[in-house]
Amino acid sequence: MFFYETTPDTSGYMMAGYLIAFLVMGLYVASLYLRQRNLKQDLAMLEELDDTTAKEAKRRQSQ
Amino acid sequence: MQAKPLTLKIFDLASVIVVGIATYLALVFAPTELVMGDVQRIFYFHIGTAWTALLGFLLASGFSVTYLITKNLKWDRLQVAAIEVSLVFFFITIVLGSIWARPVWNTWWTWDPRLTTAAITELIYIAYFMLRQGIEDPERRARFGAVYALLGGLSAPITFFAIRLFRTIHPVVIGGSNPEAEGGFAMTADMRVALFFALFAFTVLFIDLFWNRVRLGELQDKVEQLKLKVSL
Repeated sequence: MFFYETTPDTSGYMMAGYLIAFLVMGLYVASLYLRQRNLKQDLAMLEELDDTTAKEAKRRQSQ
Repeated sequence: MQAKPLTLKIFDLASVIVVGIATYLALVFAPTELVMGDVQRIFYFHIGTAWTALLGFLLASGFSVTYLITKNLKWDRLQVAAIEVSLVFFFITIVLGSIWARPVWNTWWTWDPRLTTAAITELIYIAYFMLRQGIEDPERRARFGAVYALLGGLSAPITFFAIRLFRTIHPVVIGGSNPEAEGGFAMTADMRVALFFALFAFTVLFIDLFWNRVRLGELQDKVEQLKLKVSL
């Protein structure tokens, strides 16, 4: 390409590069969001389970 | 988990704005390089992501040392967050470099010292997550992870200095020259503005993603502890 007399048209490569860069960043942000959402759901379920177990243990003690 | 702090929300917004401005500067403001054409504009994001990724890997080494001294799992969370975000950024660096190389070097990839050390660095940190996946005990996982990240951290300066120490076709645009480089260019003042703003933008984005990832790690630990409590 260094033998070209005019500036070569390499805009396709540039667009592909920026598209991929934003795609990868977007996917990572989405993965952070999804993992956080799933963990929050897990946490809520586990806290509920923990509460139920504690209440059952108390009831057994009182009997 | 506590609600997102206001500072982090501001950082979220700021990173979107600064990356938007960096994109404008790279694609519109900076002049077209005459020999390579528009593909040279990849350089701004290539350097921006490389800078933050290599800095993140070094930061992770620092967190490793602190963990090994204090045995506080907080440092392990920071280390994992720094490595994960850096891994993503460094992947972008490598892909952008490869796309730039196609029209300039006439190949997508060559086993040049810089490209090889970069690929090795990426693989080292992919293996870091594989290692962690294989260890159940959190303290053991943190200890092994810290030692691995500390040794892996050596790859960051080796990658950075590869173009300055070895014979390579990779150009040295900042702070030096390489007579064997193919695709080097002299930066104009406007190009410098776009470059330094990209460095700033990716630093802000790195801090934002890092902070969000640390919070995710805290949540993961909480869930893990509760799982243990419930299963007992």
